[in-house]
Amino acid sequence: MTVLLVAVLALPLLGALLTAALPARADRTARAVGTGFAALTLLAALPLAAGDRGWFAYTTESPAIRPWHQVDLPWVPGLDLRFHLGVDGISYPLVVLTALLVLLCCGYTLWRVPDGGPGRLLVALLLVVEVGLLGTFLALDMVLFLVFFEVVLLPMYAMIAGWGGADRRRAARKFALYTLLGSVLLLVGVFTVVTAAGTADLVALTGGTGLSRGTQLAAFTLLALAFAVKSPLWPLHTWLPDAHTQAPTVGSVVLAGVLLKMGTYGLIRVAVGVAPEGARWAAPVLGVLAVAAILVGSLVCLAQDELKRLIAYSSVGHMGFVLLGVATLTATGLQAALIGNIAHGVITGLLFFLAGAVKDRTGTGLLAELSGLRETAPRLAGLLAFAAVASLGLPGLAGFWGEAFAVVAAVQVGGPFWTTLAVLAAVGGALTAAYLLRLLRRVTHGRPTPAVAPLGAALARTELAAWAPLVLLALVIGLAPGLVLGMAGDPVQALVERVTSR
Amino acid sequence: MSVVQSIDHLALLPAYAAAGTAVLVLLTDLLLARRGATLAVAGAGAVATVLVALLAGRQTRSTFCVADGCSYLAGGRSALVAVVFGLLTVGVLALAAPALRAGPTPTGEYCFLLACSMTGGVVLGAAGDLITLIVALETLTLPLYVLVGLRRGSQASAEAAVTFFVVSVVATSVTLLGAALLHATTGTLHLARLGPVLTGGTPPAAGAVPVDHPLTTVAVTLLVLGLAFKVAAVPLHAWAPATYDGAPLPVAAYLSTASKFGGVVALLAVVQGPLPATRTGPVLAVLAVATMTVGNLVALRQQRTVRLLAWSSVAQAGYILAPLGVLALTAGRTGAVRDTAVAAALAYAVLFVVLELAAFAAVVALRPVGADGGTIADHRGAGRRHPLVGAALVLALVGLAGLPPGLAGLFAKVVVVRALLDGGAGWLALVVAVNAVIGLAYYLRLAATLYAPTPVATSGGPVVTGADRPVIPRPVAAALTLTTLAAVVLGFAPQLLLDATRW
Repeated sequence: MTVLLVAVLALPLLGALLTAALPARADRTARAVGTGFAALTLLAALPLAAGDRGWFAYTTESPAIRPWHQVDLPWVPGLDLRFHLGVDGISYPLVVLTALLVLLCCGYTLWRVPDGGPGRLLVALLLVVEVGLLGTFLALDMVLFLVFFEVVLLPMYAMIAGWGGADRRRAARKFALYTLLGSVLLLVGVFTVVTAAGTADLVALTGGTGLSRGTQLAAFTLLALAFAVKSPLWPLHTWLPDAHTQAPTVGSVVLAGVLLKMGTYGLIRVAVGVAPEGARWAAPVLGVLAVAAILVGSLVCLAQDELKRLIAYSSVGHMGFVLLGVATLTATGLQAALIGNIAHGVITGLLFFLAGAVKDRTGTGLLAELSGLRETAPRLAGLLAFAAVASLGLPGLAGFWGEAFAVVAAVQVGGPFWTTLAVLAAVGGALTAAYLLRLLRRVTHGRPTPAVAPLGAALARTELAAWAPLVLLALVIGLAPGLVLGMAGDPVQALVERVTSR
Repeated sequence: MSVVQSIDHLALLPAYAAAGTAVLVLLTDLLLARRGATLAVAGAGAVATVLVALLAGRQTRSTFCVADGCSYLAGGRSALVAVVFGLLTVGVLALAAPALRAGPTPTGEYCFLLACSMTGGVVLGAAGDLITLIVALETLTLPLYVLVGLRRGSQASAEAAVTFFVVSVVATSVTLLGAALLHATTGTLHLARLGPVLTGGTPPAAGAVPVDHPLTTVAVTLLVLGLAFKVAAVPLHAWAPATYDGAPLPVAAYLSTASKFGGVVALLAVVQGPLPATRTGPVLAVLAVATMTVGNLVALRQQRTVRLLAWSSVAQAGYILAPLGVLALTAGRTGAVRDTAVAAALAYAVLFVVLELAAFAAVVALRPVGADGGTIADHRGAGRRHPLVGAALVLALVGLAGLPPGLAGLFAKVVVVRALLDGGAGWLALVVAVNAVIGLAYYLRLAATLYAPTPVATSGGPVVTGADRPVIPRPVAAALTLTTLAAVVLGFAPQLLLDATRW
């Protein structure tokens, strides 16, 4: 199993190198090779759930993180950096989601390469991003986490700057500088903890043992700011709409689907885990910002005229629910955050695929020019409707659980403050429904515009292959949330016990 | 005391090798008068210096000793410094080789001056007293005045040489004044003895001014400022961009790596032990903050490649000095923390030197033989014409910005931030962090230009056939490959360097 753990990182890296090294005349072959490696990565990631899980082993004495499998090798002792990887119920769903989404994106590029550069380089960049993402989710060493966290930045920049829309350079630069700001704060935060504790091992550090209150407050502030930029949390979100609007379809899918999750995952695993006292201290602020993100995101969405921009802003709102769940610091809230993460990844990934398909076909993303899509492209419009309904949190689909239980968790915490936050978040939920229904009304109803009129009903086979897994997952997670919640239950419980015990 | 000192020639071997290289180059040029032979002798001599330094570095030796201390201390530290200078010399020779073979520049003089400069660097790492230190630093710098002006027929080159000369001489006299005043207050020049005397542990020599005299503060400040000139720290940086831009590209590469590294080594030598941290700490903290901030902000607006690299190297000097800023705090003055800070500054300096040389090598490879760095716009689309060189340049720039895949640069930043937090200087760590963000903006601008579509695009698209690719001279390609390889290896195994810098 430890071999698989390393393979999950080595395969995409190898794939990226091979894909980039193939000559220009073998572009299609190179893309196929890259897709093959992405598929192998998914195959290597899936069996990680097997083996001894040690459910029963969570006790108050045992460490709060009990990975199912782990690798622990020294790398740079002088910097407290160990190559320490592990997977548990909190990280496993994200690992699989990452591997799946990257595979779908690579497969999608077999069929369509956006303008801007050779397709094999795009696939290579996707695979490098995958290395960074998987490494971030698997790292059990704070410094290693930091290294992988930074790996993602430049390939994503290159993807936007190389294959993006008309205003791609500005958007890509904004993305890079904002997220680097987050990364450097993470750097300072990580070493605030590491120099104080003398170790970077997350297993040992979780629970905040041995860190003074002052260190914890400083560390949590730095770490939370870093992750808030990545998530992104209002008011640090302004890079997101630009990046999404300009990024190529596959870039948007990876960005929304898993890149944002690095922020929320980091918040749960690193920030809350390592500095629980800081988390308790900052929870009200985090809660207020999260609810503000929900409300601001929804209100901005109500006024958006551009398809990709609207979906991008909707991410701000959805991630607000996830952060609200984290801010409650309860088992329910953290569970809601985890399943909200996964659901948002699946649904928003699908939404961006569909938005890309619409934009590719019509050449426009303006809602005003897209009316009547249902008349000429009923299947595309139908899928868009499905994704939008899933996104607004209809019970029975994936989006429901995260948002509903974030609100429930806030109510459970009790007191006028958290109840108010819960009510406001619920209002935000209603607004979410409003803007998504508005989107559907604009896109599917009315007479076909000149841009929409010539469309055919047909969908390419590759498109169906890329979208079907996401549609299925949205249904399956919606009907059986236990798939995600079951494996996360014990680690979350263990984490909450450490965080709330004084 | 015996009048005749016993000299440990084994300790001096690296210095002999370096000086011998210079003499051999001169003789070869005189007797054979063939450019290729001269270059080969210079290169072989530099490589030999590196090897000798590696062998000699296994044990600690000292020579030229008197009662106060020793003037020449050979050991792991001097070996590391000698190796860096030797390798830099080899690299710069390789970068300069095509231009030397083709152009009017006199090869013999060029190689001789470079070898002399290397000798200064090799001795610098082993200097045990202030005079040896300053003389070594001057030996390192003096040949560069001539090298900077060697682009014949270029007014910019002559102006650069004069600027460099004037500023550098002033800096040296300031350093010397500081050293003289320090001698007046303490009665000693040996680094090992200065520390105890200045902290009051040992009484100063008879007839010296009392140690707590204001003169000591003046002396220390002058000494640090004089050395800061060499590092091109703000506000003593103004000479650097003009000089780099006017100099031939390989010499600019040498200036921004070897010359800067020399300044850093000298500064570290006086800061680690001899000078009182209460006086140097605040000065260094202010210098570091000003240097990185001003360097980064001005670099944002540069349009010429070498000027951009020059300003960026000013900013990088700020990061190098930053760990020493912990000396400004009481917590940062304990032995272990101080040593960590010095080791961090040195580690950062070495990683910076490798990445900077890689960046310059890539620029040399992209430009026609003997040309200057040109404007950034001249590099438009260069990455598409030369995918490998473009990738190497991007790797170097990204490393200088401190991000993966330039892992060496990331670990460099990590080392600095860690040392700062170890010393409790969290605020300075945040300044470094924010500066890294500013830095990325201009490194990205240059990197993105490499892949921007060329304005006069032929309708064929971005694929360029092999025919219109200018051939990259073999020595330049080799230098670029090896430097990039070094950056990659140090990126994956920074522990190698971290072990070497803890002296």
